[in-house]
Amino acid sequence: MIANKYLIQGFFKNTLLHIFLLTVTISCLFPIFWMVRSSLMSNATIFVDQSLLPHEWNWHNYAVAWTKGNFGVYFFNSLIYTVSVVMGIVIISSLAAFAFSRLKFPGKDALFYMFIAAMMIPLPGSFVPLFVLMNKLHLVNTRFGYILCMINVGLSLSILLLKTFFDKMPSDLEDAARIDGCSRIQIWWHMALPLAAPALAVVVIYNSLNVWNEYILATLLLSDNNLMPLQRGLMVFNGAYQVDYPVLMAGLTMTAIPIVAVYLFMQKHIIKGLSSGAIVG
Amino acid sequence: MLLKTYNRYTATRSLDAFKNFLFVFPAVAIFCIFYIYPFFELFNLSLHQWQGIGPKVFIGLRNFQELAVDKVWWTSMGHAGYITLIALTFQNALAFALALACDREIRLKHFYRLVFFIPPVLSEVVVGILWNWILNSGMHNGQQIGLFNNFLAQIGLPHLIHNWLSDPKTALTCIAVVHAWKGFGWGFIILLAGLQTIDRQLYEAAKVDGAGMWRTFWNITLPMMLPVIVLVVILTILGSMQVFVLILSLVNQGLVYHTEVPVTRILGAMSGTNQFGYACAQAVILGILLVTVSFTLKSFSNRIKQA
Repeated sequence: MIANKYLIQGFFKNTLLHIFLLTVTISCLFPIFWMVRSSLMSNATIFVDQSLLPHEWNWHNYAVAWTKGNFGVYFFNSLIYTVSVVMGIVIISSLAAFAFSRLKFPGKDALFYMFIAAMMIPLPGSFVPLFVLMNKLHLVNTRFGYILCMINVGLSLSILLLKTFFDKMPSDLEDAARIDGCSRIQIWWHMALPLAAPALAVVVIYNSLNVWNEYILATLLLSDNNLMPLQRGLMVFNGAYQVDYPVLMAGLTMTAIPIVAVYLFMQKHIIKGLSSGAIVG
Repeated sequence: MLLKTYNRYTATRSLDAFKNFLFVFPAVAIFCIFYIYPFFELFNLSLHQWQGIGPKVFIGLRNFQELAVDKVWWTSMGHAGYITLIALTFQNALAFALALACDREIRLKHFYRLVFFIPPVLSEVVVGILWNWILNSGMHNGQQIGLFNNFLAQIGLPHLIHNWLSDPKTALTCIAVVHAWKGFGWGFIILLAGLQTIDRQLYEAAKVDGAGMWRTFWNITLPMMLPVIVLVVILTILGSMQVFVLILSLVNQGLVYHTEVPVTRILGAMSGTNQFGYACAQAVILGILLVTVSFTLKSFSNRIKQA
């Protein structure tokens, strides 16, 4: 009797809990689902047809977005920026983290704390002096300028993540390599980097997300349509006089899907990276 | 002889140190140029009057004096404060409730965890444009464009149809809700990670002692979670007070008075009216405010940890 009561109570509680969780789940997924669905509708049906799946799958919108909407160029630019910034960060931050963890030089601690302090201090509006500086250096409207700025954005956290990892790594192997006559740079390249693969995965994914989703620096630094990444391109398209909703939704989907796919495949690394980033910040 | 060896020894050592320093050089160089220099330039420019070109005029604290009586600026602060308040209460309560639910032995919890973090990985631009369409109040051939208004019409509540984003009374709340939709997954993930570090034996012991659900929550979960909660509170404040890309993309008529927040003011002063000095003064004030709040909260949480 008592057992029964508990069972019923437990079942009731769990059902309520699932209803709550499912409601939130639906509210998370439905807008995204509706975005993808609408990207396959035609201009004639998009506001009229209320069915969950379109009767005719209108892939044409993607072709229009890609060519006429200039999203092909934006997509390509986003790819260039993401790949080059992430590669830059991996090399520069792993070199620095390796040195902070293993090598000796004067001012080491002070320099390291400088990077950490930068993460702790929120700096709203730092884009104003940054824009002034880029203007002075003639790096406005260049891919190189934007890439350098974005490398700087990801540097601190990446150095911290990698340094923590190197600190925990046993140094026996490196000592052996050193005795065998390996130089520091060889040890970094042949031992430290391969061994740090798990931490590097976090660095790569965290920074890819960051660069792919970045908007404000892209807006300030890149006014040439041929240099804009997706986020900026979306705003340009959205600001047009008459918005073509199915094509806009196709553009949104193109921007969102790669990042959601990466997240779904690599969620463990992402959550680890983002929450460690949050904890330092 | 001995001195010579010593000299050679220090020479190789300093050469060594120099070679070691080369490892951090690229990072330090980029960091100094793109972070440290703008950091000081921000303070420097805030003391000048400058149009972006031409000579900079040193005017001392005049920008700050002007800022102190700038009504639009303080209203924008108020707007961001309102968004932050909703994020702190509504959004974080939701995140905590979801984290508590997913901390139990419950089916599908990995699925839920996966889903709740999808909105945070989307960009603010995507979220803003998508919700702009959902909350749109435009008409097309007698049909509501916006999904929400359309839905209201369908279920027979057409009198609730509203121009959500252009009415000053509802615009800010809509922004706060969309901001919460995008952001609650953050708090959820951090709080869940915190909950999972609590020793299960504590719960068992409480059960043996006959403590109910509420007592367990008040006496075990909440005190154990306090540092994590403070962390989430700090992150929420920092995130919400600096929100603006979401607003730019959500309210696409551009910068409107009733949806101004501090960062849109900074951006407006810079690229709208070319008052670079004034923009920097605003940034300095907001930065000082945020640093003060987050460090106060952090020291508060440290003191509790020690007690």
